[in-house]
Amino acid sequence: MSAVAERLTGGQRVALHYFAAAVVLFAAQTFFGIIAGLQFVTPELFYGVLDFSVNRMVHINAMVVWLLYGFIGSVYWLIEDEAGTELVGLKLARLNFWVLTAAVTVVVLVYLLVQVGAGTRLSIWLINEGREYIEAPRWADIGIVVCMLVFFYNVAATFMKGRWSGISGVLVLDLVGLAGIYLAGMFFTPNVSLDQHWWWWVIHLWVEATWEVLVGCIMAWGLMKTLGTSRRIVTTWLYIEVAMMLGSGILGLGHHYFWIGTPEYWLGIGGFFSALEPIPLVAMVVHAVYDSGRHGFKSTNHPALAWFIAHAFGNFFGAGVWGFMQTLPQINLYTHGTQWTSSHGHLAFFGAYVTINVAMIYMALQKWRGDVWMSGDLPDRGFKWKWSLALTNLGMLGMTVALLIAGYQQSFLERAVGGSTWGAFFAAQLDPWFVQAMVWRNVFGMVFTLGVMLLIWDFVTIGRGERRPMRAAAQSA
Amino acid sequence: MDSIPWWASEGAWKKIAIWVTGVMLAVLIFLTFDTVNQITAGSERVPHYSAINHRVYYRLDRARGYQVPVLGDEAPLFGRMLSADEAEALVTLGKLTVQAKNCMNCHTLLGNGAYFAPDLTKSWLDPAWVSEDVREELMLEFLKDPATNARTFGSGRRMPHLGLSDEEARAVVAFLKWMATIDTNGFPADFPAIRQVGDR
Ligand code: HEM
Ligand code: HEM
Ligand SMILES: [Fe+2]
Repeated sequence: MSAVAERLTGGQRVALHYFAAAVVLFAAQTFFGIIAGLQFVTPELFYGVLDFSVNRMVHINAMVVWLLYGFIGSVYWLIEDEAGTELVGLKLARLNFWVLTAAVTVVVLVYLLVQVGAGTRLSIWLINEGREYIEAPRWADIGIVVCMLVFFYNVAATFMKGRWSGISGVLVLDLVGLAGIYLAGMFFTPNVSLDQHWWWWVIHLWVEATWEVLVGCIMAWGLMKTLGTSRRIVTTWLYIEVAMMLGSGILGLGHHYFWIGTPEYWLGIGGFFSALEPIPLVAMVVHAVYDSGRHGFKSTNHPALAWFIAHAFGNFFGAGVWGFMQTLPQINLYTHGTQWTSSHGHLAFFGAYVTINVAMIYMALQKWRGDVWMSGDLPDRGFKWKWSLALTNLGMLGMTVALLIAGYQQSFLERAVGGSTWGAFFAAQLDPWFVQAMVWRNVFGMVFTLGVMLLIWDFVTIGRGERRPMRAAAQSA
Repeated sequence: MDSIPWWASEGAWKKIAIWVTGVMLAVLIFLTFDTVNQITAGSERVPHYSAINHRVYYRLDRARGYQVPVLGDEAPLFGRMLSADEAEALVTLGKLTVQAKNCMNCHTLLGNGAYFAPDLTKSWLDPAWVSEDVREELMLEFLKDPATNARTFGSGRRMPHLGLSDEEARAVVAFLKWMATIDTNGFPADFPAIRQVGDR
């Protein structure tokens, strides 16, 4: 342990905690996803014990929380390197981790054991808020905000003590937005239009603005480390990305304001600006692939680089292409709230955010093992990382395509032909195309799960007993 | 650094990023004020909660080219006219119940939520409730004991028992009726509403 302590900075040791908890939650997310998926085809499964609503809530909440854990871990991982100084509040960071993790544990236990409450404010404060993605009860909301403030203090103060860079400047400003936006989701109103209006501020301005910029910062740092790309290039790219991402993503918020009671002008504004959102995502693919190619794919960490590249493509396809497909109001009128949405949600979250967190975990594991070799010629030909990469990506792609087929059919039968009545909903759910698609979603869900198991096995074992030192990062202008 | 044209320079892009973000944020904030105004309960798009005292239709608006909610004669919910405050209190209880029972993780509201069960946006107007005369009673029975009263349309998917009290069930019906009065720009499209007195 002491050898590890010498190798890693304080922040990096905290980061390992976050990464470990993230992986546990990722496993939980996958598990509850599988149950929810099975309930589509066998509705009696766990009926009245662990209903679909509970499984789904745990599934998506575990996702949001573990991705945030991954981001926090990633920032703690790179901060001392980037700031050129030690973390300001190491003890605070450790305490923060345990408080947050205890809170998350309690929230999940209440979700699973209490599940629902009476129609009172108390239920919303203590059990669950009943609003997709931000179900966490109000007490936990407040706890999360406090923990984010502590985290923010640590990050900002560390850069202030050390040195600033383009990356850290963007990062700190972005964290202000990320934490601030969460406040928009913390109130009750009987007015469902107003409710959803602010709810989308949290969801959309997270995943299509502040999270994108945050992973842009991580990616910039990651490319410098794995490939040795020059700081000037990654910083310039980061600014370009911020300009394009926020230039389109902020008003792109309007693509959620078509049908919730909000005014008609959002049909035009939302449609137009969100249609531009794929542009920065294409730019990122070009950037990552160009840089990798320029360095002949000679990286210090093959698994990490592979997942960084998966991130660039996944972000482009999941968010850019799958999002664009349904973002024009003329189309969204029929696809809104169907499996089409679910198809996009899965590929986007996986492609954009799971991938980059996995990459960062590989970066961390390499250093934790003692800056060991992680390029080509790994033991057993690196089958674990290669197969887990293949199986998770294949599984996700398979699920996405199955859901797209289900969504296509649902848009047609339920929305266009049936006029979205209850009868039309069930007619669509019973259509053979839909049922088959749901079966295939489960098959590919299993493939995905196999990939996750292999991935976790690889996390535990990679680099163990490796004697060769890490390949030196290429130097470039 | 001389060889780098201005359009590829770090400094230029930093300025562009700041300006673009600032301008977009300013526009968003401006629009947000207007939007929040337009969706405050009691506005044209989002009627006051006392709209539950009236019949609700979903009719084609020729000028706009799609269906919009239209309020009709008085048709008090459960036969009782409510004051503005009473109506608000009832819908509030309904909304609290909808959240506490986690409806949104099976259903969609205004098209947002989960896709395991039908959209609730216009559920008040759904032809599944047979006729205007029995609708309220059927809805109450269903909400209080969905496991037994589910029709599932042959899918086998039943809503679970969520322990709604009579009062909560009535409040949820009020919330659903009120939600059907919101102007959603024509979503859902071509919705064949239940037959009601005064239909054209
Ligand atoms: C990484 C970035 C993104 C993530 C993680 C993401 C995720 C999601 C998720 C989970 C939903 C469903 C929300 C719900 O449960 O109701 C959603 C909806 C939507 N997304 Fe994205 N998204 C991303 C980027 C984009 C982009 C770039 C576009 C457009 C080009 C887009 C267009 C849409 C649209 C139009 C909807 C609404 C679907 C509906 O009406 O049901 N998304 N997104
Ligand atoms: C074993 C693999 C998985 C299975 C079987 C699965 C299954 C499901 C199911 C059944 C739902 C509910 C959809 C509905 O309401 O109809 C769901 C929702 C969701 N899942 Fe998964 N999931 C899996 C993995 C993942 C992964 C890896 C991610 C992303 C990191 C993810 C992100 C989401 C999101 C964002 C939603 C909400 C979608 C929306 O509302 O549009 N899932 N999942
Ligand atoms: Fe969005």
